[in-house]
Amino acid sequence: MKSLKNHISLIVALFTVLFAVQIYVAVDRTIKAYETRLKNDYSIIVVANKTLSPDEFKAMDSIIDRSEPIATDQVLQRLQGEMSKKNLELLKLTLPKFYRIYLSRFPTPEEISKLQKRLQKNSSIQRVEGYAQTHDTVYKLMLLFKDVVQIFSIAIAAVTSLLILKEMRLWQFQHAERMSIMALFGAPVWLRSAVLFRLAIVDAIIATIVVCIAFFVIEENGWMDLLLNTVGITIDLFDFLQDGIRSLIIALSVSIILTMTIVIGNDEEE
Amino acid sequence: MDKVIIAENLSLSYKEFETIISKASFSIDAGSFVFITGASGSGKSTLLKSLYGAIEPRGGQLVVGGVKMNRISTSKLNFLRRHVGIVFQDYKLIKEWTIEKNVMLPLIISGYTKEVSDPQVQKLLGHVKLSHQAGKYPPELSGGEQQRVAMARALAHNPILILADEPTGNLDEYSSEVIWNLLEGANTQLKTTIVVVTHRIPSSISVPYKHFHIEMGNIHEIA
Ligand SMILES: Nc1ncnc2c1ncn2[C@@H]1O[C@H](COP(=O)(O)OP(=O)(O)OP(=O)(O)O)[C@@H](O)[C@H]1O
Ligand SMILES: [Mg+2]
Repeated sequence: MKSLKNHISLIVALFTVLFAVQIYVAVDRTIKAYETRLKNDYSIIVVANKTLSPDEFKAMDSIIDRSEPIATDQVLQRLQGEMSKKNLELLKLTLPKFYRIYLSRFPTPEEISKLQKRLQKNSSIQRVEGYAQTHDTVYKLMLLFKDVVQIFSIAIAAVTSLLILKEMRLWQFQHAERMSIMALFGAPVWLRSAVLFRLAIVDAIIATIVVCIAFFVIEENGWMDLLLNTVGITIDLFDFLQDGIRSLIIALSVSIILTMTIVIGNDEEE
Repeated sequence: MDKVIIAENLSLSYKEFETIISKASFSIDAGSFVFITGASGSGKSTLLKSLYGAIEPRGGQLVVGGVKMNRISTSKLNFLRRHVGIVFQDYKLIKEWTIEKNVMLPLIISGYTKEVSDPQVQKLLGHVKLSHQAGKYPPELSGGEQQRVAMARALAHNPILILADEPTGNLDEYSSEVIWNLLEGANTQLKTTIVVVTHRIPSSISVPYKHFHIEMGNIHEIA
């Protein structure tokens, strides 16, 4: 059937737009999750020759979230048998203080080097270890990946919108005769094009449902989760409430706006 | 008497330097029955088109149902058309709608509920002897049957004015008689103004009528 074919091409096109948008959202979500993971894992080790309070650290740079002293007791205890109590006490006094510093967000390489310099300005700090290199490579790769995916999604959404516009022109053409007859009996524009809008709305709803099903299948399948778990991330690929509603709104707006473009563009018959 | 149609120096054409109707002046009284005759290509359908606003006057003035047709706005035109019933020469039925729904079209446009429009449609389909075809689609009907559907549709919303373009062009004696009776009925009972384009005025017509003839771009009344 011709009309069924028309439906399918619009549904497929809308589905593609929604899928592209959802991939964009999911990648964004993944990067965010990865950033929090990095932030939580990432810390800087500071060696100081005197005790520094968390507030003192915080005063040094606003990016510093909190600091934790690294306990040296365990190390010292292990030496208990081998050293005299007096020497041990002495060592305890001369031993520098170790701190682990956590940051409020995942830093850029520049932020790390700036932070390092600031910390080293403090006369009581002897050494700062930033571990900048290792985290940096993975993160940069991910950002590149995000950019690529987002450019792709935008391109797909744009191209598909054009396809939808073309598809609807075809509809308009098919419905033109009926619409012009209705006009001859005084039907206002909205009534003449009611069928177009109804088709557009129905197809938008179907496309949204198909996207929900597609992501449900992907999530149930589990391989995406597995993949993300290997880099230590768990995200909700498709939040059925939030993403489902967003998809529906996008599908409805795309199809209704395009229908309106066509209806307004072809207002006068004869 | 009220005039439903007033034309003053009305000129009609499709292209700039061509004339189909040239500076015609005439008027049609409310509730009257008018025949329009003329040779093929003389401009009968063109004149009807101007009466339902499908083409604008090239010159002169045209008023239909109190509405000025020169540079008419879309909303005014829609309003006027909801009170006019048209039988087109080529029927103009909606192919993808059933016969029933086609007849219902003017009622749908005027926003009548199904309770009102359903009995009206059934009554009209009975009048044009097509009750048994109600569920079919226009392409499944003969030319004459389609023409009768078009007539039923034109009557559906009890318009103040009916414009019919050769409504019996495809019909046999008997079916033509049905159509003329319907138009006469609307004219006498509902005081509907009837303007009919035809090649031959039926001898059976029993209401008083006027006769306009189009020739060489002129419209003149034949007494
Ligand atoms: N859409 C159009 N565009 C250009 N010219 C047209 C158009 N429709 C009709 N004409 C021309 O206008 C003239 C009058 O046409 P019209 O249809 O009014 O004739 P008519 O009297 O209804 O003839 P018939 O009895 O054959 O139906 C014809 O010469 C025709 O070629
Ligand atoms: Mg004609």
